[in-house]
Amino acid sequence: MTTRRSLAAGAALATAAALLAACAPGSGSDGGETTPVEASEVRTDLASLGEVTLTVWDQEVRGGQDEQMQRLNDAFEEAYPNITIERNSQSFDDLETTLRGALTGNEAPDVVQANNSRGTMGAFVSAGLLLNLDRYAEAYGWKERFSDDVLAVSRYSEDGVTFGEGSLYGLPQVGEIVGVFYSRSALEQVASEDELLSGDFDTFTDILARAADAGLTPIQLGNIEGWPAGHVFGPIQAQHVPADQVRALAMGNAGASWLSEENVAAATELADWSTSGYFNDGANGTDYDAAWSDFASGDGVFTIGGSWLAADLQDAMGADVGFYVPASADGTLATTGGTGLPFAVTAQSPNADAAAGYIDFITSDEAMEVLADTGNMPVNQTAELAPADGVNADVFAAFGAVTTDGHLLPYLDWATPTMGDTLGATLQDLIAGQATPQEAMQQLEDDYSAFTSGS
Amino acid sequence: MTPRWRPWLYLVPAIVVYGAFLLYPIGRSVQFSLYEWDGLGASEFVGLANYLGVLTDAGLRAAFGHALVLIAFFALLPLALGLAVAAVLNRARVRGLGLFRTVVFVPQVLAMVVVAVAWRAIYAPDGPLNTALTAVGLDSLTRAWLGDYTWTLPAVGIVGTWVQTGLVTVLMLAGMARVPREQYEAARLDGAGPVREFVALTLPSVRGEIAVALTLTIVAALKTFDLVYVMTAGGPGNSTTVPAYEVFQRAFRTGQVGSAAAVAITLTVLIFGLNLVINRLVEPREDR
Repeated sequence: MTTRRSLAAGAALATAAALLAACAPGSGSDGGETTPVEASEVRTDLASLGEVTLTVWDQEVRGGQDEQMQRLNDAFEEAYPNITIERNSQSFDDLETTLRGALTGNEAPDVVQANNSRGTMGAFVSAGLLLNLDRYAEAYGWKERFSDDVLAVSRYSEDGVTFGEGSLYGLPQVGEIVGVFYSRSALEQVASEDELLSGDFDTFTDILARAADAGLTPIQLGNIEGWPAGHVFGPIQAQHVPADQVRALAMGNAGASWLSEENVAAATELADWSTSGYFNDGANGTDYDAAWSDFASGDGVFTIGGSWLAADLQDAMGADVGFYVPASADGTLATTGGTGLPFAVTAQSPNADAAAGYIDFITSDEAMEVLADTGNMPVNQTAELAPADGVNADVFAAFGAVTTDGHLLPYLDWATPTMGDTLGATLQDLIAGQATPQEAMQQLEDDYSAFTSGS
Repeated sequence: MTPRWRPWLYLVPAIVVYGAFLLYPIGRSVQFSLYEWDGLGASEFVGLANYLGVLTDAGLRAAFGHALVLIAFFALLPLALGLAVAAVLNRARVRGLGLFRTVVFVPQVLAMVVVAVAWRAIYAPDGPLNTALTAVGLDSLTRAWLGDYTWTLPAVGIVGTWVQTGLVTVLMLAGMARVPREQYEAARLDGAGPVREFVALTLPSVRGEIAVALTLTIVAALKTFDLVYVMTAGGPGNSTTVPAYEVFQRAFRTGQVGSAAAVAITLTVLIFGLNLVINRLVEPREDR
């Protein structure tokens, strides 16, 4: 008995000692503090860098995305035989989860695709894990290549507190825009295409009501994942709430409120759409992919979604599918959208010059042509590279129009590290009538204000 | 004479492995749970604040509540079903018992992710379940099973029942097979019917198996993650979120590592506590 007790005591002591020896989490990773390379010159002559192996983590896994990445990587290696690219490609969800561990480990990749959001890029910036790219932007002339709005969503202050201004931490390849896909054959049962396209947002909601009366499914929505409803709420909110307020809310910057009259009005409209039967039955229990494929196979007049759906819908529906962004009463175009995940350089990377040169290469004007060629929507020169026909012609045109004359509003779940979950759950509550518009906006306000007040 | 410490020497390899891969991580988790840490930068010691959060955060309390509801579906229902099925099989000595046993056990063998994907398709609004209900005229019962604030948690639970029933049945069959046939004959000679026979003879003889079954299934219920992750992601709203899912979200997604560790430790303590109670109640004691 005594021996057993002494063993237990010994084990407890050993464990306690090990724990005492272990330092506080996040304080002692060796080499975590990188020496700033500021003093050295920025080098843009990649051929003179010697033998370099660049490790790149991307999430370009789908058909056309993977193809453009392979073509650009091959072209890069051909242009600079001294640089070898080691590519690690995983899905968006996997990358989001593994990146945290990878960046804090001892052998971080050189180039990573990091979501613009507070939870990802913002957290990495404030922990000093990403390289400030301002000097490279100067050297390569990125400010001339990209529009200010596009660069803004990859900008953070160096402490990570302000999102949307400050230093540049990444560059995207593609643009994204959320809008209304419509089925021409379903639409003509309730309205002419001319009426839809020449009308404003009220015309759109009017047609929704007519479709519901006619027994059609006005909007296909698959919201089991929670986030898809954010892409329906975003365009509605853009009709009610001034753009600068949406930007502050979506970027988690202080100074706006979810409880404003306009936001409650937007929430009320979404709830009304649900009670008026504008969505398919059981939208909260339907898969995102199932919903758009139902739309593609003829069930539903509209689906509200992002440009990433265009290629698949085109394949399934051919000339039957169209895309547009409803204008406000005063003619302004405002909707949710942004860029693909920006490519960033890690602070640990010993090959920063080569990494920045790689990012320059895959976002160059020639790269934009490769992107358009493989069915992606290039973030620059979008109008010039638009295809002659098909739904992508509509999508490219809409992106061009919204980015030049309208408001491309950031994704709402960028706002705080937890906003993705909070927004998804809240909109499900709203659509199911589990929360009133006021209660729903309160849930979002709680998340937003807890973050902006710095807790 | 061998020195007293020599036996311990033989245990060193095992203790080192056990310590490195179990005790040390648990210890570190306990330590993490006392800090506020985003997983990336510096951390701040906050004492028991994260545990206080587990108690006061309505969302986390609800998550633990959901896990307790799942116990009914993962442990109690399979135990009832498993006992009944095993008793019938054991009594009837049906032909093809081996095949039947295999069929009931198959869900246990499948990876939980596969099970979850399959059931997600079954529960889809135009999936097989609703189609079947419509076919037999029960249109009024059809619904979006995974998008319904009342029915989604039971829908997830039923999958647990489907998975665990096989395990419980096989355990019970093994226990019942151990009971000597003579005892049943004696019971029958004494005039006991099937029900009496079950209550007086079968049930007491499988007490040990019941304890094992409850332990395994309750642990499975409380640590449910893959089903929820794949089928509902905690939705609709937060109506199906469970502690293990919260641990994952907080640790790897939302940068609340301290809180995640506190939830994990609380869950561990809860699992140990519940199983201690079960074993006290059900396990046959040697001294009886």
